[in-house]
Amino acid sequence: MARTVKKNPVDLVFSSVTAIASFTVILFIIGILYVLMKESSLAIKQFGVFRFLTSTDWNPVTESFGALTNIYGTAVTTILSLVMAVPIAIGIAVFVTEVSPNYLKGPISIAIELLAAIPSIIYGMWGLFTLSPIMGDYIEPFLKKTLGTIPLVNFLFQGTPMGIDLLTASVILSIMIIPFTASIARDSFNLTPDVVKESAYALGSTHWEVIKDVVLPYSKLGVFGGVVLSLGRAIGETMAVAFVLGNNHRITSSLLDAAATITVTLANEFAEADKDVYMSSLFYLALVLFVMSFITLAIAKYFLVKAERKYSR
Amino acid sequence: MAESIELEVKGLDFHYAGNIHALKKINLKVYKNTVTALIGPSGCGKTTLLRCFNRMHDLYPKNRYEGELLFQQQNILDKGTDLITLRSRIGMVFQKPTPFPMSIFDNIAYGLKLKGISKKSDLSEKVEHALKHSALWDEVKDKLNASAYELSGGQQQRLVIARALAVNPEVLLFDEPTSALDPISTAKIEELTETLKKDVTIVIVTHNMQQAARISDWTGFLMLGELIEYDRTDKIFTAPSEKLTEDYVTGRFG
Repeated sequence: MARTVKKNPVDLVFSSVTAIASFTVILFIIGILYVLMKESSLAIKQFGVFRFLTSTDWNPVTESFGALTNIYGTAVTTILSLVMAVPIAIGIAVFVTEVSPNYLKGPISIAIELLAAIPSIIYGMWGLFTLSPIMGDYIEPFLKKTLGTIPLVNFLFQGTPMGIDLLTASVILSIMIIPFTASIARDSFNLTPDVVKESAYALGSTHWEVIKDVVLPYSKLGVFGGVVLSLGRAIGETMAVAFVLGNNHRITSSLLDAAATITVTLANEFAEADKDVYMSSLFYLALVLFVMSFITLAIAKYFLVKAERKYSR
Repeated sequence: MAESIELEVKGLDFHYAGNIHALKKINLKVYKNTVTALIGPSGCGKTTLLRCFNRMHDLYPKNRYEGELLFQQQNILDKGTDLITLRSRIGMVFQKPTPFPMSIFDNIAYGLKLKGISKKSDLSEKVEHALKHSALWDEVKDKLNASAYELSGGQQQRLVIARALAVNPEVLLFDEPTSALDPISTAKIEELTETLKKDVTIVIVTHNMQQAARISDWTGFLMLGELIEYDRTDKIFTAPSEKLTEDYVTGRFG
């Protein structure tokens, strides 16, 4: 028998308010996407999707725009920074969860979180005034002299080491994403139940074998999700790389050359975009970035959720 | 009948970090090819005692042993004891099944690979033998490459037993191995202990007194870190010499 439940008015107000708060989030996403698409419609009409994504032109004088140089810069800095950051981050996570004595765990974890809390503009300033001269004066000439003379990799180290280039930007980015990757990896490692680790010890495993054969496989989905989240952050990072990348719309094979990323182009060029197509192309570029970030986030979530389901019983 | 002694505990004291006195002057002998049950109320120290036999407590800082613990006349509490070797000779099975995140085959092969066995044909043969030994072979022989997580709880527990057996241990430590299992799986594992003791010596911690009575030859009753009574199982359950033991096994407290 159906019974009508009289809703308590306070409950009704409470649930409506929280519902409205949640729906605004969805509204914002739709609103932002709408503005990006509306503002870029002129450029979409003029250049199409395929041509815009594959053209290396970025020429305000002839009003011909393509995203490829920016996508290239974003891809190279992102991948290079992951290559440098992920091993270090996993090393940190292994140390904190498995190796470090208890009294060191707290301080190291706090230091990692502090590193993540530094505003990115400060990384950018530090990069310009400290890291860039060190890279340009010492590290890059050294790399050029050593790796630059080895066939197959020497194409990566051509040109004059200036310290304002893809390599320096990637180093800064990697320092920025280390704390993210490290703390997600640490949380994933902690998901490994003690009793499973004990089982491995009980079979006569050494400490290293337990980490390699049990902890790492147990948490690999979670770690992978963390890496993709860091990737999303690296793709969208602007201020830290804007100072040290040089804003150069050219695809170069050398890591010692200046380049441009999507974010850096957007940050630098709105002020000078005096023509409608130029302005619209910048919005189009932003739309590309939006889609790239969305896809990486979706992939990361997929793996993190899968990891949780797999082992949470 | 002269029985040979596999494990002998002599005046063992154990402190957890923070100076918690968990075991007090324990003395007992575990005979070869028998099943020895450790019973007692929660927190009495029975699991703590079990975990001394393979020095599991060493994984956590500041735990302290005093006294002697002889395994085939060797004091395994000596500073120089090689824990890796010790643990490959004294296997352990836990309360909850603990398969590793890998295939059924690799779970069993894991311990063998640690011992340096890498030839594919040797591995296959030993894996099959271990699975037959733990009465799991018929259920998994067609899906050895499937993930171990696809097995049921009872099958996982037998997989873990097979994994422990594969490295040919001389002693197996069971820490309430059936407390998370259904009655049918429990019966299968109890049957298994009966066949296994031909090859290994078993020490089992259990909450279930009927289980101790059914499967063990010797029983130790612990309370508050002390071994109250240790004797043949039939004696403990029919004519215990201590009043406390009698009260416990007749269900007056627990």
